[in-house]
Amino acid sequence: MPPRTETARCWEAPPAPSPHVLSLLGLSGEDGARTLELLRRQRLQRPAIFVGTGTCGLGAGAGKTLSAVRKHLQARAIEADVVEVGCIGLCSDEPLVDVQFPGRQRLSYRGVTEDKVPALLDGVWAGQVKGPSLVGQFSSPGLEPWPKLPRLEDHPFFAPQTRWVLANCGIIDPASLEEYASRGGYGALHHSLTSLTPEAVCDAVERSGLRGRGGGGFPSGKKWHIARQQEATQKYLICNADEGDPGAFMDRAVIEGDPHRLVEGMAIAGYAIGASQGYVYIRAEYPLAIRRLAAAIEQARGVGLLGKGIFGTSFDFDIRLKQGAGAFVCGEETALINSIEGRRGMPRPRPPYPAERGAFGKPTVINNVETLANVPVVIGRGADAFAAVGTEGSKGTKVFALSGKVSRTGLAEVAMGTTVRQIVFEVGGGIPDGKAYKAVQIGGPSGGCIPASHLDIQVDYESLKSVGAMMGSGGLVVMDEGTCMVDVAKFFMDFIQRESCGKCIPCREGTRRMLEVLEAITRGRRSEKDADALERFQGVMALNELADVIKDTSLCGLGQSAPNPVLSTLRWFRDEYEAHVYDRRCPAGVCAQLLTYTIDEEACRGCTLCMRKCPTGAIMGAAKSPHYVIQDKCIACGTCLTVCRTHAVLVS
Amino acid sequence: MRIDINGHPAEAQPGETLLTAIRRAGVKVPTLCHLEGLLPTGACRLCVVEIEGQKGLVPSCSYPVAEGMRVRTHSQLAVRSRKTIVELLLANHPDDCLYCVRNGSCQLQELSEELGVHGRRFTGLRRESRMDVSGPALAREPGKCILCGKCVRVCEEVQGVGAIDFIGRGSATKVGPAFDQALNLSSCVLCGQCVMVCPTGALHEQSQVKRVLGALSDPDLVTVVQFAPAVAVTLGEAYGYPLGHDVGGKLVAALRRLGFARVFETAFSADLTVMEEASELVERVKHGGPLPMMTSCSPGWIKFVEEFYPEFTGNLSSCKSPQQMLGALVKTHYAQRENLPAEKIFSVAVMPCTAKKFEAARPEMMREGLSDIDAVLTTRELVELIRMHGLDQDALDPDEADHPFGERSSAGRLFGATGGVMEAAVRTAYHLITGEELQVLEAPAFRGLEGVKEAKVKVGGLELGLAVASGLGNARKLLEQVKAGRSDLHFIEVMTCPGGCVAGGGQLLGTDPKALKARMESLYAIDAGAPLRVSHKNEAVASLYREFLGEPLGEKSHELLHTHYAPRRVVT
Repeated sequence: MPPRTETARCWEAPPAPSPHVLSLLGLSGEDGARTLELLRRQRLQRPAIFVGTGTCGLGAGAGKTLSAVRKHLQARAIEADVVEVGCIGLCSDEPLVDVQFPGRQRLSYRGVTEDKVPALLDGVWAGQVKGPSLVGQFSSPGLEPWPKLPRLEDHPFFAPQTRWVLANCGIIDPASLEEYASRGGYGALHHSLTSLTPEAVCDAVERSGLRGRGGGGFPSGKKWHIARQQEATQKYLICNADEGDPGAFMDRAVIEGDPHRLVEGMAIAGYAIGASQGYVYIRAEYPLAIRRLAAAIEQARGVGLLGKGIFGTSFDFDIRLKQGAGAFVCGEETALINSIEGRRGMPRPRPPYPAERGAFGKPTVINNVETLANVPVVIGRGADAFAAVGTEGSKGTKVFALSGKVSRTGLAEVAMGTTVRQIVFEVGGGIPDGKAYKAVQIGGPSGGCIPASHLDIQVDYESLKSVGAMMGSGGLVVMDEGTCMVDVAKFFMDFIQRESCGKCIPCREGTRRMLEVLEAITRGRRSEKDADALERFQGVMALNELADVIKDTSLCGLGQSAPNPVLSTLRWFRDEYEAHVYDRRCPAGVCAQLLTYTIDEEACRGCTLCMRKCPTGAIMGAAKSPHYVIQDKCIACGTCLTVCRTHAVLVS
Repeated sequence: MRIDINGHPAEAQPGETLLTAIRRAGVKVPTLCHLEGLLPTGACRLCVVEIEGQKGLVPSCSYPVAEGMRVRTHSQLAVRSRKTIVELLLANHPDDCLYCVRNGSCQLQELSEELGVHGRRFTGLRRESRMDVSGPALAREPGKCILCGKCVRVCEEVQGVGAIDFIGRGSATKVGPAFDQALNLSSCVLCGQCVMVCPTGALHEQSQVKRVLGALSDPDLVTVVQFAPAVAVTLGEAYGYPLGHDVGGKLVAALRRLGFARVFETAFSADLTVMEEASELVERVKHGGPLPMMTSCSPGWIKFVEEFYPEFTGNLSSCKSPQQMLGALVKTHYAQRENLPAEKIFSVAVMPCTAKKFEAARPEMMREGLSDIDAVLTTRELVELIRMHGLDQDALDPDEADHPFGERSSAGRLFGATGGVMEAAVRTAYHLITGEELQVLEAPAFRGLEGVKEAKVKVGGLELGLAVASGLGNARKLLEQVKAGRSDLHFIEVMTCPGGCVAGGGQLLGTDPKALKARMESLYAIDAGAPLRVSHKNEAVASLYREFLGEPLGEKSHELLHTHYAPRRVVT
């Protein structure tokens, strides 16, 4: 475990706002200073209630919670501000509602569904602030803490985190430019534009060690330098917000919770590479994020933080939103460029790299949301301070989307070098229901899995690669002993073969065949002919070589990493594959067709229910005497198990 | 620049791709998606090679050379990967090679043989496929498509039509017209350039061989045939003659042996077209347009204008193409002469073109319920017919085409190459306007494979602005200029296929720029050595006017030789 320095606390006090930004917003002078205190929630005129209404919160019912809160306040005639905030990351505890009284620290409550609102608010207003749904109190210097109440930053979910990119998420009102500015927002942009040359910005980013957070991990500063050095009348900056990995939702949360951070990061990047036009390529499946980002861009334009001559310099920059139509491959940068140009989203060969010849034939830098959201941090803290956190080759922090068989799911930002064990067992709270950990799938369909034996591996680009996984965009799916790894591999292969763009042969045809091999070994053999069995074995024999060819010859990153889920599960869970192939048995009991159903003669009372429900007539027996299963007819659908009232159906 | 290919030093030019350098060094690296002259797409991955110091494999078709690069084109890894890729394609390919139109000329077959694929390692679901035989000229068999994308690129990047594109994702990806509609509803102009680049049998012409065989064996029918000039300078290549060798005489002999009652040359009606079209041009120049007048010999081009530039349909010459003019004359003048009822004549055209099948089937090309032309065979179909009849080309003695439509000037034969219609028309228009003959007949400005060629020609007191485009992408450029207000052009010749009919979509597969050049040169050589080099001196044409038609643009001409075109709506 890396030593946790004092600077790497979960939340730090927000930086001081930039006076230049404040004056742009009309927040200078004494009035401004008072407004600023309000914006930073250091002073409240009346109580404030914060409801997390990110997509995750809304899914948990935060929309209804929000109206319930408003209704309650009206009914009780309470004067209070109701503020919608983004997701703080603790998705499994949503809907989350925070309450702050003037002069006191902010309190956070979990699981506040609409029905619980009146009781909670009545209780809190009556002074009963400590309840089972209390998560903790925020630490805010200058405000009176609640005695004996836990601090949020000591909560096991938050304690191991280092929140830089997510610093504001779930805390500020994402629709307020002023609130972002009050916490230092756009200060890094002002500093870059007025005190640094574009070259110096690229240098700073390179020195900070910031690497692409979208999957490849290419050093961002290096990429910027290449684009900056190109001679061209027009260059483009593209933000890749086409987050498509199953189990990844970091970018969505950042945009929903703190959209101005992305706008600021993009403007700085545009300045550094000499681009006057930025694009955000965002999936249309993120309507809320699109709305929030469009509003943020509009606000920034309104006060001159985007547009012509930003901060009175000669730098022009504007941002256009382009919605993706739902193709996974459009997250690949050259396919994304094609899509922006109005063509079919299919990758192009590289070289030429986009930094040399990208969108519309012009030098183009493509960074993902998290990378760009890190840029204000790099400039704000300084490259060296940024580089002080992390491991040798991986600097700063990484946001992970934690999901699957883990007690606390959600979004966590940890310093590079944090171990997988910490993320799963501290942040995530371990495996629920007393089950055993089996693996985490990290990096989405391109990534791999990490078995228990490597739980102490550090989160770091190179370390993850060494065990056949990859950082990817940060999806982290936890699996317990009840998960079949062949089934997991099958899921990802199915995803990839459907999402392959169809352009290059190895990816299009190869992934389909790999999926078929996996399907064959998880299929029951009751109706299998000899030829099928032979084909099944042939397929298994060819699996490894096929995977190698797909990796070696595919056109883009999607294809080159497509076999990873299979290779990775094969590497760590070979025994499970062997059980499927040789014993025709699924150790985890997931692959339904490999299960054998029998009837316990002792327990069966001969009610004939299973016999009547069996779709293939595989169960025989007379009424009131034990039934039995004809295995040759059984298709292992499990209906008998579901309908049996006496638990007489046995599965093995 | 020096690089190393398989341990041998080789030359390379800065900026070129590795594949170019490798091929120059005489090493064959297979490709399925590579198209000379277009940007690489890197789709098929067959051209992968190993570069020293680089991880894995790189596609040589899109990888730039660098000084000192050390390449291994046939390392075990590269060859094994190629073989696996081909095996993957075969696993999703119908096993009906023996019934396929491309049996023996299929690149997938060839690759599979080259790479030693002798067993089936991968099995599984195959793409479902329905044949698309909706169009009159082209057929699609999506089940045989390997998605190399060459047809899509040719259609969009070369022809500027974009009738087909990729549809769907993953293993369900296919190539097809917009909304997966049938080809006959699409903007496809049936030029057949897609067929020329298709490595498998996924795209081919709608064969009319059977219909022709049926007509030939029908004792009640008199089956006549015409052949286009481009066919005569191409066919020999199928029998080992040098590129561009003129086998016109042998072709006539072969057609007779096949059982055609009469063999005519389309070059004859090309002379007739020149007479009509030059007269029309003179008429339009004198009486105010519409100008620029545009040629109408190339049916793909006609459909292109109808679909994409309906505002220019009035600019198209009202002349039918030489094929259709001859067709109309055969069923009228020739029928009368031979005392045959028109419905007893089965008129076949052998063309370097797929769109000619479409043209022959146009309703405008029918009179009294009879088509001017009953069947169109491509050069490829003719080869099939000749092979089917076991004709030995070497043993055939050259023969002359039949009268009354046999005599032709070399101007008519120039129609086979881009710029040829222009050159022939100028020779006659000059005569029509000035009453004199051009001193120098050759017009080098209109010769060669350049996409757009222009010249100003002084004819009497007039300066005519003339332009020639081949390939619809190039034609589009020219049309856009006219649309934007360019007004110095009087006459534009457009041929649908890049290079003209010698490069037509019905020509022999594997046609390359070298072959094109040779075929063009052959036509120019025929012209240079011909005794009769201008259409208006063709005695057969003159007597046709005397005996039957009257005069150019006369009433009879209008009825038989001219037509009109109208805007056309398609699914795009």
